[in-house]
Amino acid sequence: MVSAGLVLLADLVLRDKHRGWLPAVALSGLGAAVIWTVTLILRDREAVAFGGTYSLDTFSIYFKFLFIGVAGLVILASADYVKKLEHQGEFWALLMLATSGMMLLAGARDLILIFVALELTSICQYALAAFVRDGKASEAGLKYILLGAIASAVTLYGMAFLFGISGTTKLVAVDGGTSIASLVLEGDPGTRAALVAGAVLLAAGLSFKVALVPFQMWVPDVYEGAATPVAAFLSVGSKAAGFAVILRVFYQGFGFGPESFISSDWSNMFAAVAAISMTVGNVMALVQTDIRRLLGYSSIAQAGNIAIGVAAVAAGATTGASGVTFFLATYAFTNLGAFFAILAISQRIGSYRIKDYAGMARRAPILAAVLAFCFVSLTGLPPTAGFVAKIYVFNAAVQSDLAWLVIVGVLNSAISAYYYLRVVRHMYLAEPEDESSFSPTPMLAIALGVTALGVLVVGLVPTPLIDAAQRAVEAL
Amino acid sequence: MEAVAQQIPLEHFLVLSAILFSIGVYGVLTRRNAVLIIMSVELMLNAASINMVAFAAYTSPAAFTGIIFAIFIITIAAAEVGLALAIILRIFRNRGTANVDEVNALKW
Repeated sequence: MVSAGLVLLADLVLRDKHRGWLPAVALSGLGAAVIWTVTLILRDREAVAFGGTYSLDTFSIYFKFLFIGVAGLVILASADYVKKLEHQGEFWALLMLATSGMMLLAGARDLILIFVALELTSICQYALAAFVRDGKASEAGLKYILLGAIASAVTLYGMAFLFGISGTTKLVAVDGGTSIASLVLEGDPGTRAALVAGAVLLAAGLSFKVALVPFQMWVPDVYEGAATPVAAFLSVGSKAAGFAVILRVFYQGFGFGPESFISSDWSNMFAAVAAISMTVGNVMALVQTDIRRLLGYSSIAQAGNIAIGVAAVAAGATTGASGVTFFLATYAFTNLGAFFAILAISQRIGSYRIKDYAGMARRAPILAAVLAFCFVSLTGLPPTAGFVAKIYVFNAAVQSDLAWLVIVGVLNSAISAYYYLRVVRHMYLAEPEDESSFSPTPMLAIALGVTALGVLVVGLVPTPLIDAAQRAVEAL
Repeated sequence: MEAVAQQIPLEHFLVLSAILFSIGVYGVLTRRNAVLIIMSVELMLNAASINMVAFAAYTSPAAFTGIIFAIFIITIAAAEVGLALAIILRIFRNRGTANVDEVNALKW
């Protein structure tokens, strides 16, 4: 799987002369990764490699498919955009490397491997954010890498504590030897303080990846400054990868339910962070005039929504965690759809200001419809995927006695409806300044179609995806 | 390693790394030059490495896990700093400054 990514890299470097083929090469590399994953599934459902540090279970397979899907859609959508750039080969190479880092991350069960995969993903993403040669992209890249480096230093400090008390970097040991999970099971009060300190530091570092408050400062800046396809990739990929690690570390390492004596500690921490993230993200989004910044703050609020699922641990593993995995998949479709529509519209009108989207329904009816539909899904209204995901996560929270969190969540959905639907109203009811109509390029149209269809189908028939999400977390 | 372990208790290393980490955090919060912020982050990373190596030497001297982790930290930190410096260089060429307060085209 990772090798598919690496083979691809070699291809990319060699084929710099035939640039038109690069996206196709990248896509075929992803195809190879899919085939490889499917064969692995067919041959052996559960496997561990490298002394138990890397596991191929239903959890990592679920996320692998998610990352491959995200990368594939981003490649389709950005093919036209990238043609204008100077270094196309590097763009695709970084995108693929980041994706392979994410795939590695989904299966990592060892702190060292988690750190290496996390940095592989992050460093590629920093470079992608600063890829375009203009002042704004460089500034976005600078903010991203400075804050990212701080976050990884904090994560590492937490990992050092965990290593110090357990003497191992394994989250779970296959052979029943010492691991962080077994240390938690022992429940020795002497290790509690160090475990909680490690958990808090680790959570702080990972919150940066998923854009939870108080580590959210980079999000709006990077979304605005970076190239729009990159922002789309970051918003979905980084979040999914971060939450995959959070689930892996906290559910598998620190444990849940009564047998883990620190589960209520970290559950409370995520509940508080979720409530603050939702509120901060939604309130800040109200005053935005740039649609990418609006999506940036919306992404912070959505991270809060997803964190509700992480916090809802008291109801047992499947409810809360599968809520997170399910929400991430629906969020991938929805947010990618929104970003692609914005990419298509803004490439044409040359502006990202919300007021320039006036009357877009008359100028580009399909694009406006997709964007409106995705915004409805982000708000959490039926019949969209976002609605099902929100209900699912809220239900998990209620079952875990976190009713106050659900109330905060519902109030926040009401706030978010204001700014999402304001854009929709602007597109449908305001008078356009310019009557010329346009439609997306074919590649972008395919990507848009897939995402919109995904949002609709998951909204109407969510059961298969919910089943997949539940099977995924059974491995934890 | 064992000779060291007899003379200096583990706590000394932990305190050293905690101080180093705090200096790093302080630097990150107060310095306005991007290059100095990067240097402060390096201090934080080194604090983590010291912790790793100290724990490795005291708790599980037979296994090399902690030392390997420290080597990974050093390598990856180098890669990260390389990229950060490249970005800072580009910003400096664009705007003639590496002060993070003056790099503020993106706001609110």
